[in-house]
Amino acid sequence: MLSFLGRRVLIAIPTVLLISVFVFALQKFLPGDPVLALAGEDRNPEMLAFLREKYRLNDPLYLQYFHWIGNALRGDLGISLRTQQPVLELIGQKLPVTVQLAVMALIFAVVIGIPAGVISAYKKGTWIDWLANIISLSGLSVPNFWLGIMLILLVSVKLGWLPASGYQPLTEDPLQSLRTMLMPAFVLGSGLAATLMRHTRSAMLGVLQSDYVRTARAKGLNERTVVLKHALRNALVPIVTVVTLLFGELLAGAVLTEQIFTIPGFGKLVVDAVFNRDYAVVQGIVLCTAIAFIAMNILADALYRILNPRMRDQ
Amino acid sequence: MLPKKILALAAALMVSASWVHAADLRIGLAEDPDVLDPDQSRTFVGRIVYASLCDKLVDITPALEITPMLATGWSWSDDGMALTMTLREGVTFHDGTPFNAEAVAYNINRSKTLEESRRKSEVASIESTTVVDEYTIQMNLSKPDATLIAQLADRAGMMVSPTAAAATGAEFGLAPVCSGPFSFKERVQQDRIVLEKFPAYWNADAINFDSVTFLPIVDGTVRLANLRAGDIDMLERLSATDVASVKADAALGLEQAVSLGYQGITVNVNNGDRANTPLGKDSRVRRALSLAIDREAMNQVVFDGVMAPGNQAFPPNSPWYDTAFPVPARDVEAAKALLAEAGAENITVEIQTSNDPVNQQLMQVIQAMAAEAGITINIVSKEFTTQLSEQTAGNYQGSQIGWSGRVDPDGNIHSFMTCEGGLNDSKYCNPEVDALLNAARTSNDLAARKVSYDAASAILAEDMPIIYLYHQTWLWALSNKVAGYTPYPDGMIRLQGVSLTE
Repeated sequence: MLSFLGRRVLIAIPTVLLISVFVFALQKFLPGDPVLALAGEDRNPEMLAFLREKYRLNDPLYLQYFHWIGNALRGDLGISLRTQQPVLELIGQKLPVTVQLAVMALIFAVVIGIPAGVISAYKKGTWIDWLANIISLSGLSVPNFWLGIMLILLVSVKLGWLPASGYQPLTEDPLQSLRTMLMPAFVLGSGLAATLMRHTRSAMLGVLQSDYVRTARAKGLNERTVVLKHALRNALVPIVTVVTLLFGELLAGAVLTEQIFTIPGFGKLVVDAVFNRDYAVVQGIVLCTAIAFIAMNILADALYRILNPRMRDQ
Repeated sequence: MLPKKILALAAALMVSASWVHAADLRIGLAEDPDVLDPDQSRTFVGRIVYASLCDKLVDITPALEITPMLATGWSWSDDGMALTMTLREGVTFHDGTPFNAEAVAYNINRSKTLEESRRKSEVASIESTTVVDEYTIQMNLSKPDATLIAQLADRAGMMVSPTAAAATGAEFGLAPVCSGPFSFKERVQQDRIVLEKFPAYWNADAINFDSVTFLPIVDGTVRLANLRAGDIDMLERLSATDVASVKADAALGLEQAVSLGYQGITVNVNNGDRANTPLGKDSRVRRALSLAIDREAMNQVVFDGVMAPGNQAFPPNSPWYDTAFPVPARDVEAAKALLAEAGAENITVEIQTSNDPVNQQLMQVIQAMAAEAGITINIVSKEFTTQLSEQTAGNYQGSQIGWSGRVDPDGNIHSFMTCEGGLNDSKYCNPEVDALLNAARTSNDLAARKVSYDAASAILAEDMPIIYLYHQTWLWALSNKVAGYTPYPDGMIRLQGVSLTE
């Protein structure tokens, strides 16, 4: 297991480097001058020239890249052009917020999606199956931003149950923190729950028809053990893949959800940074996200091995 | 006896409860401010925070007159080369540093010399300062500058603590120290800026909150939902299309003021090859396009009638507006006649606009109106930074863009219309206009300035490098609990005299 993890981490290093080059290059292809965005309405030529010099925008592209990656390797991702805060500090501020949102959304997705998938596979063709399918299809079809605004109007404005937006750190006021995150996590999780439900259903359908399930039933095991222990455990392997892939979707979805609910997380940071051509922030975030994504994939591979002993020797 | 006591206790509790509630005012902002250093900042929204954080040498009234703030009085020398200000005594910065003439001298110097300073051009006319006595400062100018006093009513006049500024340098904005009614407590980027009441504020009696929290909520619908849900007490820049629903809501109030700025179509008349179009080269075509637009209908359709239609760099309610050229009514026949005269019938022009829905809708309305006069408009939507880059580089024919506006008329017109103006993206150049606008910025005689601006406006109404469309109206929505709010045309939120009632 350890040597497997070591190998995967080694392979990941060139991938991360390649991503850093791509992000760097892509940003420079973005139309719009960062210095103009930075100067705002007060754009006199001296100021523009000073800013170009200060942020090394006159250097050739490869020099800019080496300067940035060199500092990044030493743990310095530069400072935000817009607010002058160090990028690493910004990421440290925003990461816990988005992680909290993502974890809560994932909990919603798993708690709703997997049981719904299991039940609808088990009760295939009955009204329960149909109902679960209809709900999951609507979960997939309703856009996040619409659902978000409708929920705010209903739950916050009409009923006054939950705050309409904003964020409270978990460490400061756990209850209020959960209250502010409930709606965004539900909105973000609902689409994922639907995807998960569909995948769980088809995986379970396949497994429930397999020989060993029939054998287990023939042995006289009760249905509960058959479905949950024998069938679900095997069905979980593809579902773990889906959950890992969903993690990417989760981060992308967080961009929109955070905008609607004004949650000061990664997504909001990156959107604002792109609009302001805050290069250092965009680069820092994409780099961190890429690393997180790769880490999730390695974790998923490790999980396969735990779930499915047959893969351990490969 | 007992019930009375209980009643009194309950009443006391209620009073204290409402008082506790009244302690924090929560304001929804349309954007997250940039760096909180008056010398470095560049956003409109940042200035809203400064209104509570950093006092200025002078302020403005809602009628745009200059009024005392940290300076209690001022006078010009006869030749207009020196401005002497008498300063308020007994004022301290949030860190206890006393405010005096030395502090003013430090601040002016910082605005002029800090490498990152964005205020350099605003205080460029100040050559040196003389500390006359502890509470008198004299600013010596290199040339007469009528616009200076208005600059000192904005960021260039905001006084920061010399002690703090010397200690933190260019990083001052991470923990700003000024002398305003509230001091900086904390900031979480994109989430909140919290200010605390400064007990030693010179005008503390006018301040009724223990703290004020600014919450950037970008989406207009969500900002309003937060106000309705009671999560914020007031918000700025309400969407024009939400005005009707706010008016219909008994729990909310609406305040408005016509802004100092304008929105228009900047035409490329001489900025590179793309100026070589009938629109760029013939002012008759520009006037025809202007005549084809029904500004009132545009205002009704796109903004539910809440904006102020306009045709000059100053809004019609401004003392600087030239009443000899009122907002023109739509005249398609006159537009067609002008186009025929210019030999430019059935032309196609490309106009870029930023990609938000309101601007797109605005351009679509103009597109439909222009088509009836024989001008086909191709709308090109761009993200704002891109639009601005293209405009500066001259890679455009027409560009729908605006200006947030300045208190002094010079700020709305000089950089845009003079040959070497820093914001002159149309590269319009007319020596006559240059002479008039240069004369207007050096005279302290308001009547003489007005004559110059009127003469310039007359020429610009002919040449029309910018087709002015409308002036934005600042819209604030407030909970009914907020009392005493005064709207200002600069769009700022001044909390002096504002209170929360139950």
